[in-house]
Amino acid sequence: MAGRFKRMLVANRGEIAVRIIRAARELGLETVAVHSDADREGLAVRMADSAVAIGPPPAAKSYLNIDAMVRAAVDSGAEAVHPGYGFLSENAAFAQAVESAGLVFVGPTPETIRMMGNKSRALETAAKAGVPTIPGSGGVVETIDGALHAADSVGYPVMVKASAGGGGRGIRVATDAQELRKQVSVAQTEAQAAFGDGSVYLERFIRRARHVEVQVLGDGSEVIHCFERDCSLQRRRQKVLEEGPSPALSQATRERLCESAVRLAKSVGYRSAGTLEYLYDGDSGEFFFIEMNTRIQVEHPITEMITGIDLVREMIRVAQGYPLRFKQDDIAMRGAAIECRINAEDPDKNFMPSPGRISEINLPGGPGVRMDTMLYPGCTVPPYYDSLLGKLVVHAEDRPAAIARMRRALKELRVEGVNTTRALHLRIMDEPWFGAAQFDTNSLEGWLAARPS
Amino acid sequence: MAFHEVLCPLPGTFYRKPAPDAQPFVKEGSMVATGDTIGLVEVMKQFSEVQADAAGKIVSFLVENESAVEAGQPLAKIETA
Repeated sequence: MAGRFKRMLVANRGEIAVRIIRAARELGLETVAVHSDADREGLAVRMADSAVAIGPPPAAKSYLNIDAMVRAAVDSGAEAVHPGYGFLSENAAFAQAVESAGLVFVGPTPETIRMMGNKSRALETAAKAGVPTIPGSGGVVETIDGALHAADSVGYPVMVKASAGGGGRGIRVATDAQELRKQVSVAQTEAQAAFGDGSVYLERFIRRARHVEVQVLGDGSEVIHCFERDCSLQRRRQKVLEEGPSPALSQATRERLCESAVRLAKSVGYRSAGTLEYLYDGDSGEFFFIEMNTRIQVEHPITEMITGIDLVREMIRVAQGYPLRFKQDDIAMRGAAIECRINAEDPDKNFMPSPGRISEINLPGGPGVRMDTMLYPGCTVPPYYDSLLGKLVVHAEDRPAAIARMRRALKELRVEGVNTTRALHLRIMDEPWFGAAQFDTNSLEGWLAARPS
Repeated sequence: MAFHEVLCPLPGTFYRKPAPDAQPFVKEGSMVATGDTIGLVEVMKQFSEVQADAAGKIVSFLVENESAVEAGQPLAKIETA
């Protein structure tokens, strides 16, 4: 059976565009790169069989411009479009526009993107599939008695949250009924004063949450998982360093978690690569689904290292119309992998972005080391896009060996011309709390704040 | 009369408003205190606040909203006395 396309446009830039071109090449496909005026000399442009200019540097006028992107695909004779991550990758209207132009969208259906991209619909879908979500009062609590009653089913500790709040504002925590009695009226008064709306609701408070996510692959009918990644080390809700498998999970919890992700993805007939994000409560051992990303993720190489599956290749194959080549029993996990995001930022100056020209670069190598990057000597890192320069990923037989390998690889890495986060990752590798895997989603920011500069 | 110029801390895009549909942080003619936010500079999708480093009256902004700025470029003029 022949696939549905021979030429594919990569609707992205930077390291992920390079990654996708590599996978396409191995499948014998022709590739078309796109570029803004700032990325004319980008590595993806140099590598692809052809390239199309799509607009001026600001992303809103180029990489986020649906009309320009679809036109580039049609004009270049591409028969498929791979969206990568970020930009238009989770834009249902873009997926729809690609399909309406008669091209294949390398991802799920527009309807799936729409449904899973809507937070409340995604949570409803999860609940229907029997996948746990963070327990809450499910609506406004008006009185103290109402709050106490709701808290009995939510379970302590609970957060009292302002309905009109957001971004962590208007939140109070109660560990038992006695505290909740006090907090409800205080929270209502505060919410009224801060937001002009005194309504509050309850949600379970997870004191030490880990961000754990399950990689799935589907072909529209069958879904398999490729185990989990732990992305708890974050700064300003951006992942800094990820690893797999999660050192926090028991084998029994891992099986239940991954099985729940497959159940949820199957319930929506998921097609392509996707990731289901969960919070794992280190105190209670419970996990809760929070959202789904209907695209390939930045940290996908971790999963590729521990399972040996090329996720980008598989998502292209599914888009070609082939069924999944693997059954769940074919997927095995071996060893441990760590990814460090190398960003053009100065960690000693409050992570100030550092665009510029790369004068010199030395990429690490040797056993178990992979670096996905778009850098080459003399290239320019433009100021218009995010600061990710590349991802250094290592794989070894277990977590301590992976840490040793990452330390070694970070020491080999040299990037001259811009500031990078390399030294920060080296310091993390030496931290006892990292070695012992004792951290949650707040740990990195706490450590950064306490760190002597 | 003494004037002070607020200099841009880093290269990027200068914004006078916290969001496209919001009011500017400060208007021309308003009084500011040292440390007041007068704008944002975006570079690589990160937003850094630009703060007044002197107290006084904002006489004028020297760059348009959403224009490209360089580090060290004067952004606003403050009448300090």
